[in-house]
Amino acid sequence: MNQAAPVPKENQGQPVVRIDGRLKVTGQASYPADIATANVAYGALATSSIARGKVSKLHTDDARAVPGVLDIITYGDMDQTDTPKFGNTGASSIAPLHDKTIFHDGQIIALVVAETFEAAEEASMLIRADYEDEPPSASFDSKGVKVEPAAGKSPMLQEDVKAGDFDAAYASAAVKIDQKYSTPTQHHNPIELFSTTAMWQGDQLTVHEPSQNVTGWKIELARQLKVDPANVRIVSPYVGGAFGSKGPMTARTAIVAVAARRVGRPVRCVVSRMQAFNTQTYRAETRHRIRIGASKDGRITAFGHEGWEVTSRPDPYVVGGTSATGRMYNYGSVLTHVSVVHADRNTPGYMRSPPETPYVYALENAMDEMAVALGMDPVEFRRINEPEREPIGGKPFSSRSLVKCYDQAAEAFGWSKRNAVVGSMREGDWLVGMGCATAIYPTASAPCAARVRLTADGQVRVQCGSHEIGTGVRTVAGQMAAERLGIGMDKISVEMGDSALPPAPVSGGSISTASVCSAVLKACDAVRAKLFAAAVAGDGPLAGSGNAKLEMEQEKIVASGGKSAKLSDVFKAMQIGAIEEYAEFAPKGSTPEALKKLYAGQAEFHGGDQDKDSVKYAFGAEFVEVRVNSYTREIRVPRVVGAFAAGRIMNTRTARSQLMGGMIWGIGQALHEATEIDRRNARYVNRDLQDYLVPVNADIKQVDVILVPEVDLDVNPAGVKGLGELGNVGTAAAVASAVYHATGKRIRDLPIRIDDLIS
Amino acid sequence: MRPFLYERPTSVSAAIAMASHLEARHVAPTQANTQFIAGGTNLADYMKLGVAQPERLLDLNELAEPALRQIETNDDTIRFGALVRMGEAADNNEVRRRCPLLADSLKFAASGQLRNMASLAGNILQRTRCEYFRETSWPCNKREPGSGCAAMEGVNRQHAVLGVSDACIATYHGDFAQALIALDAVVEVEGRRGPRKIPFAGLHRLPGDTPNIETDLAADEVIVAIEVPLGAWSRRSRYLKIRDRESYAFALASAAVALEMDGNTVRQARIALGGVATVPWRARAAEDALRGNALDDKTAAAAAEAAFADARPREHNAFKIPLGKRTLVRALLETRDMKV
Repeated sequence: MNQAAPVPKENQGQPVVRIDGRLKVTGQASYPADIATANVAYGALATSSIARGKVSKLHTDDARAVPGVLDIITYGDMDQTDTPKFGNTGASSIAPLHDKTIFHDGQIIALVVAETFEAAEEASMLIRADYEDEPPSASFDSKGVKVEPAAGKSPMLQEDVKAGDFDAAYASAAVKIDQKYSTPTQHHNPIELFSTTAMWQGDQLTVHEPSQNVTGWKIELARQLKVDPANVRIVSPYVGGAFGSKGPMTARTAIVAVAARRVGRPVRCVVSRMQAFNTQTYRAETRHRIRIGASKDGRITAFGHEGWEVTSRPDPYVVGGTSATGRMYNYGSVLTHVSVVHADRNTPGYMRSPPETPYVYALENAMDEMAVALGMDPVEFRRINEPEREPIGGKPFSSRSLVKCYDQAAEAFGWSKRNAVVGSMREGDWLVGMGCATAIYPTASAPCAARVRLTADGQVRVQCGSHEIGTGVRTVAGQMAAERLGIGMDKISVEMGDSALPPAPVSGGSISTASVCSAVLKACDAVRAKLFAAAVAGDGPLAGSGNAKLEMEQEKIVASGGKSAKLSDVFKAMQIGAIEEYAEFAPKGSTPEALKKLYAGQAEFHGGDQDKDSVKYAFGAEFVEVRVNSYTREIRVPRVVGAFAAGRIMNTRTARSQLMGGMIWGIGQALHEATEIDRRNARYVNRDLQDYLVPVNADIKQVDVILVPEVDLDVNPAGVKGLGELGNVGTAAAVASAVYHATGKRIRDLPIRIDDLIS
Repeated sequence: MRPFLYERPTSVSAAIAMASHLEARHVAPTQANTQFIAGGTNLADYMKLGVAQPERLLDLNELAEPALRQIETNDDTIRFGALVRMGEAADNNEVRRRCPLLADSLKFAASGQLRNMASLAGNILQRTRCEYFRETSWPCNKREPGSGCAAMEGVNRQHAVLGVSDACIATYHGDFAQALIALDAVVEVEGRRGPRKIPFAGLHRLPGDTPNIETDLAADEVIVAIEVPLGAWSRRSRYLKIRDRESYAFALASAAVALEMDGNTVRQARIALGGVATVPWRARAAEDALRGNALDDKTAAAAAEAAFADARPREHNAFKIPLGKRTLVRALLETRDMKV
């Protein structure tokens, strides 16, 4: 059996090979910084070495004297533009070259433009700044941070969810825990570095930059540059890793565009790995206090979740994962509260499952602790707290296959062989531990447009301004067209990643497959309708089959009676060479402005906890085995099994790949990833892949993905639940629970390292 | 990166002559205007970051002397040419058969790609990866003498607990050097003043007040070979490296162990510790504690206590003391139990 291509089960599509896979692995896919451009000049950023204060004087003479330097963009040079905004498409309101105030370490203080990359780099290192510096506040507990309630500050968290009388229920609970958990600062570190290439032709601006939101960026960049959006084009055909980091546009894009206009040449700026830690977004550190109360037989009566999140001084970036944790189980009563902590840091941003990764980690580690406190099997504990309706609003789940996921994953993992006694399982010098956790991710979709063209010779072109960020969306969009139009994948081409294409929403929130496929489906159905009408018309090749059910397969229109007509004959009868249809999809419940907003680069999300009739989530269950050396305490993960149910699976190959990658990231979050902050200076210390550790191949052994069949026609026309951000939720808690099972040590602060287990 | 001159001498004598100018006599090799480069896996990285700023590079890869690229093995020594790549030495069957410690210390270092580039001589001269040394915006006594040490009160989980000074706590991260110091290797050097042999333990200098001076070498001296004596201990030898992930990470703690046993009694133990010290670190006190004793959990633990008796932790690296001890205990017992 080919593990990479799971055999499709009910409601699961074929494991079609990625249509751009060969291009990528042979180096033929051109990423934005690869696009060949004549006469290009190179940009290099200079950044601040303090986190708080003001630039009193900038010394650029040495830099200007470097041979090949063309220009230096710095204070004053952006005055003709509008400042960046926080929210929606903008990463931060910090406007580095508009204002000499320094809000965080590594803030942009200049962009050097030179004939060569080397000259630009050399000159950027010669730029020096004099600062009026002030003592910065680095993080939680630092003097000078501002702590405030988060609810209502961001669309991510409208209110602190609650249900029932938590205080009374918790006070009277027979068994309870009250614990604190934390997750560290994390940076995406995609292998493809961040870059901007800007070029002007007259008043037409083209920007090549890896992006998860080309339409939104077009609008936002035009606003900052005060030009007509029609004159701005963002191109991002391939993205080499994004995970949220390439969702919001950062200040650099407009700076590079201004530089290109000034030097009258295309300018390409590739940001160094180090500088990306400060000039891009990241996952900020979080803290949690979890209280769970239950009856002696393990029924939860009270759930309390308080969260604290770090953000920058000016921007209220909030993830607020209590919306998901508060709806996870049948709690009885729920009390949540999220606080945001403003420090002298760059503004955080989306990182794969932004709310769920930290918040569900805390919940699930606590659930395991609670199972221990109850003396109950952790799977059984979750099973008996399975809700009929979500506890906050009392709405039903559109579908919820969590128990099935637990059953199938536990069976495949061999959970029944686990000896529950802590430290009881060994293999030689290695302690063996097993743990599990729940994965959850809200199912949403957003308005999306697509254009589909079918020609008489059976060629299909799908166009949609969505983004291939490695998920396989280009492939599944092609699959949707192939299935609907009865055409082989070899005759399908899919164009994405260009703001000149029909607009699509930001590729975030795991909405792309659902949104894009729903739009492509609609466009294909319009093509079908035209073909069918012509086929059954009086002079058509299927005349007289007007009442038959028609299908398209193998480049033919097939009537339920058995008659069929070749596509080419239908086109001949129509006397046309191609049919092209443009379709707009809007999710159920969309506002009247939803489609208008799509063209303005604003995605209106529907689903998750937002809908009136039901809440919509995808679920999974993850099981992890760890080995801990009895002498030296290093932790290894030989085995992970995850079972996931996410409605219609478009492609079992790309779905498995997404979920597997998610769980691998989860292992990294559990054991490796952390940005270290020098608290004296509020500066990141380990700004490279030498010291910012992620798992390497040798760390990842067996990772099994089970795709649990599920049908949910309520979520969207394609029946698809996004799963891109499902796999990494819960993994770290499963690892923490397994480490506890092996060693008896409950580690609540991630990452779990030898340091925690050795003493 | 600053622009630099790049030259490729074709003989050792030419390389020395090109490096021998007045400055070479009184400046540490890492601060000289003219510096040697071989694999470039360390120096090129630091030049890009502005940490190293040589004005002229002498690339040693064109040196014609065949011995520089050879591994000679005979009954009582292994001699590595300076330009032998880490990967070649790690994969050499004779090296592995005669002394597993040497092969493993190389195999567990860096990544396959880096091992294919890095020369053995360059590897033993690799500079610290201290985060504060790597980035020029921090004060660092090693990079800029007298500027201070940001690591001392900063993020110092990776830092050393042995051989530290008030000026510097940067860890020496190399693995191969731990094998070499344990095995009493000799470094063969050629320079303006003629050839000389340096016992490996004399090659690196403790940071003291001058962490910028890292080795005993002059700026116009070139390592040409590393000779490792073999003996009754060579086959019963092992390198244990404990790190945050399974590959491509520096040691949090490592132990190089070679044992000469008489039954269960230790005739002679050779022990070096990596990941915990500012220089390649021979644990003589631990060796003395074991000599003439049976090797068991208790004596191994006593040896480990002796090895770390002088350890000085900082805020985030205190775990390295228990970890280092347990690493040594485990390495000793595993080496004892090797079938040779």
